[in-house]
Amino acid sequence: MEREYKQGTKPGSGEWAVEARGLVKAFGANRAVDGVDLNVRAGTIYGVLGPNGAGKTTTIRMLATLLRPDAGSARIFGHDVAKESQIVRQLIGVTGQYASVDESLSATENLIIFSRLLGLGRAEARRKSAELLEEFGLTEAAKRPLKNFSGGMRRRLDLAASLIAQPPLIFLDEPTTGLDPRTRSQMWDTIRRLVNTGSTVVLTTQYLEEADQLADRIAVIDRGHVVAEGTVDELKASIGTSSLHLTVQQEADIELARQTIETVLKVQSNVSPEIGKITAPMADADLVTDLLIALREGGIRLAEVSVQKPTLDEVFLTITGHGVDEDAKSDAVEAARGKGERA
Amino acid sequence: MNGTSIKPAADRALRNRTSLGLTVRNSLTMAYRGLLKIRRTPEQLFDVTLQPIIFTLMFTYIFGGAISGDVQSYLPVIIPGILVQTVITTSIVTGVQLREDMDKGVFDRFKSLPIARIAPLAGALLADTVRYTIATVLTFTMGFIMGYRPEGGLGHVALAAVLVIACSWAISWIFAFFGVIARTASSVQGISMLVLFPLTFLSNAFVPVDTMPDWLQWFVKINPVSHLVTAVRDMTNAGTVGWDLGISLIGAAVIVAIFAPITVRAYMRRT
Repeated sequence: MEREYKQGTKPGSGEWAVEARGLVKAFGANRAVDGVDLNVRAGTIYGVLGPNGAGKTTTIRMLATLLRPDAGSARIFGHDVAKESQIVRQLIGVTGQYASVDESLSATENLIIFSRLLGLGRAEARRKSAELLEEFGLTEAAKRPLKNFSGGMRRRLDLAASLIAQPPLIFLDEPTTGLDPRTRSQMWDTIRRLVNTGSTVVLTTQYLEEADQLADRIAVIDRGHVVAEGTVDELKASIGTSSLHLTVQQEADIELARQTIETVLKVQSNVSPEIGKITAPMADADLVTDLLIALREGGIRLAEVSVQKPTLDEVFLTITGHGVDEDAKSDAVEAARGKGERA
Repeated sequence: MNGTSIKPAADRALRNRTSLGLTVRNSLTMAYRGLLKIRRTPEQLFDVTLQPIIFTLMFTYIFGGAISGDVQSYLPVIIPGILVQTVITTSIVTGVQLREDMDKGVFDRFKSLPIARIAPLAGALLADTVRYTIATVLTFTMGFIMGYRPEGGLGHVALAAVLVIACSWAISWIFAFFGVIARTASSVQGISMLVLFPLTFLSNAFVPVDTMPDWLQWFVKINPVSHLVTAVRDMTNAGTVGWDLGISLIGAAVIVAIFAPITVRAYMRRT
């Protein structure tokens, strides 16, 4: 990964969708974003992961020309967000954390107005709106006012509105926050399909699973800083080894099994006697073969064997030195913060 | 999606400036949005329908006898005055609604679109001329029902109506500015009323100027609202066009020239 970053890139060469250097934004004494660097390769999904208030939304808003950086610079496909903001706006679609659609109008009216603003003719705007509504499964609700829309429908409409101009770069700010698991996985499918058509997606999330599922690369942001960057696997690898989980069939075998493991793998292991499970760090995968043979020779029958990579939760805890839980307050807190940032 | 692939950024024709044509087109689309919103929530037209009716009735019968001897001879004085006062008052709502609107997420999308920056503001203000038209028509209708027969004829009444609507549109830029800089919708209402009350009441709209103390007459005579009221009276009652019309139009142009740019700049800075 290091090598990739050192390659020189020409502006507008199309290789980098986003290049941000030292972005800073302060709200009063609070430095919401404090020197963020981001590089997003065109055609990939990039996850910006962090707890509430880490500076994710503020970073996205600066990249999307909604907020002027106090320091630093950012380029979208080689175009400066501050100096060529109107060009940048022609290249991006933004789906905010709070549905950026008109509550008092219907879904069709919303899409038609956005289409018209983007320069589509009357008939073309109508056709495009119908097409997008169909695609996002909103045709039935097209004429109803948005007041009666569910959270998932609003998000879908919001994403549909971002796709009218088929922008090559799409920002999704917490696209699945507050959605139920089924709607969430539908959203994930939609995002994956987007990338298949050649779009670049930058999404923020506080769900580690979401970043794990979708993103090619991840930046972990905490308190306005990028604290880690890399592929999901790199991040997981950076905090340590996978672990081996063994469950024995006969509870009586557990002590013998533990001794065998510690002798063969030469590591300390943990035992959970009540479920007959032994966990040991797996530094060298090759030794596992020896271990399994030794266990068979010892007449120990296994119920289950599994290898677990560290979860992103653990990654986060290790990198930031504090848990996710202490920051992950209710949505109300985030909402209040979002309002404050906007004002 | 739909299998069609997205045009890469490097192959797109991109412009960093918005042309005048685009600005007008964007503003008209935003005005269309404003009209749709009015149609969806007709209750926001309560003020422009009730205020002309109540104010015209109230002021005419309260002041009529005292100022002009009887109600009938007060009508040519009060109807133009009430008209200007009512329509300008309804333009406050423009600022209040703009504030409420801007707090919603949809403005984030407007800001992220490659459209003229002024369009969301200009469109909202343009859509509100519908409100002024309703207020104007209702005021003249009330006057007519109460026995007002303008000497200037229908054509001049229509011209006067257009003048009042145009000037109110210009004045609404002041309230749009408050709307953009204020924190809450209710504070917009507060500040705007504070500005508007002296402007409309310290004028010749309701009473003859020569009944006022000298120092007050000085202000009333330079108050642009007085000139607008006089221009409307000239047109509706006599069918003449005088210097007051010129002053009103120049005043309106000056307001737009000052407030439109600073409003747009304040709007941009909030982004």
